[in-house]
Amino acid sequence: MPKESASQTAGPYVHIGCVPSFAGLKGRGPDLGAAMVTDATRGERITVEGYVYDGAGAPLRDALLEIWQADADGLYASPAETRGTADPVFTGWGRQPTDGETGLYRFETIKPGRVPWPDGRMQAPHLSLWLVARGINLGLATRIYFADEAEANAGDPLLARIDPPSRVRTLVAERQGDTYCFNIHLQGPGETVFLDV
Amino acid sequence: MTTFLPRDPKVHPPAHTPGYKSSVLRSPRLPKLSFENSLSEATGPVFGHDLLGPLDHDLIENYAQPGESAIGERIIVHGRLLDEQARPVPGALIEVWQANAGGRYRHKKDGYLAALDPNFGGCGRVITGADGAYAFRTIRPGPYPWPNGANDWRPAHIHFSIFGQGWAQRLITQMYFEGDPHIALCPIVQTIPDPAAIDALTARLDMGATVPMDARAYRFDLVLRGHRQTFFENRVEGA
Repeated sequence: MPKESASQTAGPYVHIGCVPSFAGLKGRGPDLGAAMVTDATRGERITVEGYVYDGAGAPLRDALLEIWQADADGLYASPAETRGTADPVFTGWGRQPTDGETGLYRFETIKPGRVPWPDGRMQAPHLSLWLVARGINLGLATRIYFADEAEANAGDPLLARIDPPSRVRTLVAERQGDTYCFNIHLQGPGETVFLDV
Repeated sequence: MTTFLPRDPKVHPPAHTPGYKSSVLRSPRLPKLSFENSLSEATGPVFGHDLLGPLDHDLIENYAQPGESAIGERIIVHGRLLDEQARPVPGALIEVWQANAGGRYRHKKDGYLAALDPNFGGCGRVITGADGAYAFRTIRPGPYPWPNGANDWRPAHIHFSIFGQGWAQRLITQMYFEGDPHIALCPIVQTIPDPAAIDALTARLDMGATVPMDARAYRFDLVLRGHRQTFFENRVEGA
C-alpha cells in the first residue's frame, strides 16, 4: 500500500499558486476563497483577524491561511455531510494571505453553528484553520473558538483535552465589536495549540 | 461518517529542521493535540469544474501573449491522485506553481538574476478525473540559488497544493525531477528523513506519454491520507 506523499514547505512564493492576484498575476478572476459570504448568506457577519508570530515575535508577512467552517446552522457544505443540506450560498471555505507589509490577515465570514463530536456531544462553535509559509514543513492546523461562547467552550470535547488547561486561551479569539482577534504564536510561552489533524 | 487514518509522522519532515534555517523560528516545539476526526475534519470544501478556465492546465499558454508561448523545455506532468488504500481520489483540486526555465519566480520578492519570461506566469490548476488522473502542460523549471547556506541551490521543482475529500487530507508538497543531482544537496528536500519518501516525490521521465516533436512527459503520482468508514456507515462505498 502506498504511503502518504511527504509534505514540503509551501515556500515564500505560495501566493503565485494559491492567491495569484495577490502575487500580481492578473487576468484569471478573483482568487479562490477570497470572498466567503454574499448578501444571501445566512448568519451573523463577523470579521476574524490577527497576526502569526514567529519565535522571535515577528509577524509572518508571507503566510497563507485557510479556514473551513460550518454554516450558521452547523452544517458543512460537503458530500460527507449527511445531516442536512448546508446553506447553498456559503461554501464554508476561505483563503487569505497575511499582508505583505504588516502581516495582518483578515477573514470576513459568518459565525458558525455547532457541530457534533463523534459521540454526539455538541462542540462549541469553531473555525478550522490551516497555515502554511516558508519554514513550515507540514501545514499547521488549529481551531478558532469565540470568547463570547464561554459556556459552549467550557463543554467542548476538544478544548477539554488540552493540558495544561491554561493553553485553551490560545484557541479563543477575543471579541472587539464585530471583530474577533486571533493571534497565532508558532513558538514561545504562548505557543498556540496545534492539532494533529 | 468517513474518518481518516492517522497521519504517519515518519513520512513527513519534522517541524524543526535546522539545516533549513527558516524552520528554526517557525517550528512549534510542543506536541500537537491528537483527537479523533469530527465532522470538522471529515468534511472538506468542494471545487467544481466551473471554476477552471480553459487554459488553467496549460502553463505554456495561460499567461502568454496570443501567438507566443513560454520559453523552455516543454513538458507534460501527469499522474494519479490516490489515497493510502490505493483508491483514486476524484474531483480533487490540485494547484501548481513554479519558477520559469531560468529558475526565477514571477514574484516581486524574487530578486534572482535570471530573466523573467513575459509569457510565463508559473501557476495552474486542475481537478482530478473519476480515476484520480490529472495532467498539465508546462515548461521544465530551472534550479536556483537561495539564501540558506552560502551556496545552496534548489533542485528544479514544482509545488503542488492538494485538496482531497476531507479537511484532514489537506497537503502541500513539491515534485522533483529524476536524475537531478541537487535533490541530494538541498536542505529543504533533506528535511524529509525517509529516502523512500524523497524518492516518491521524484517524477519519472515517461516516454510513453511524450508527444513526439512537442513535449516530453513526466509521471508523478500523489498519495493522500487513507480513510475508513465507521461501523455505522451504511452508504455504498464511494457514494
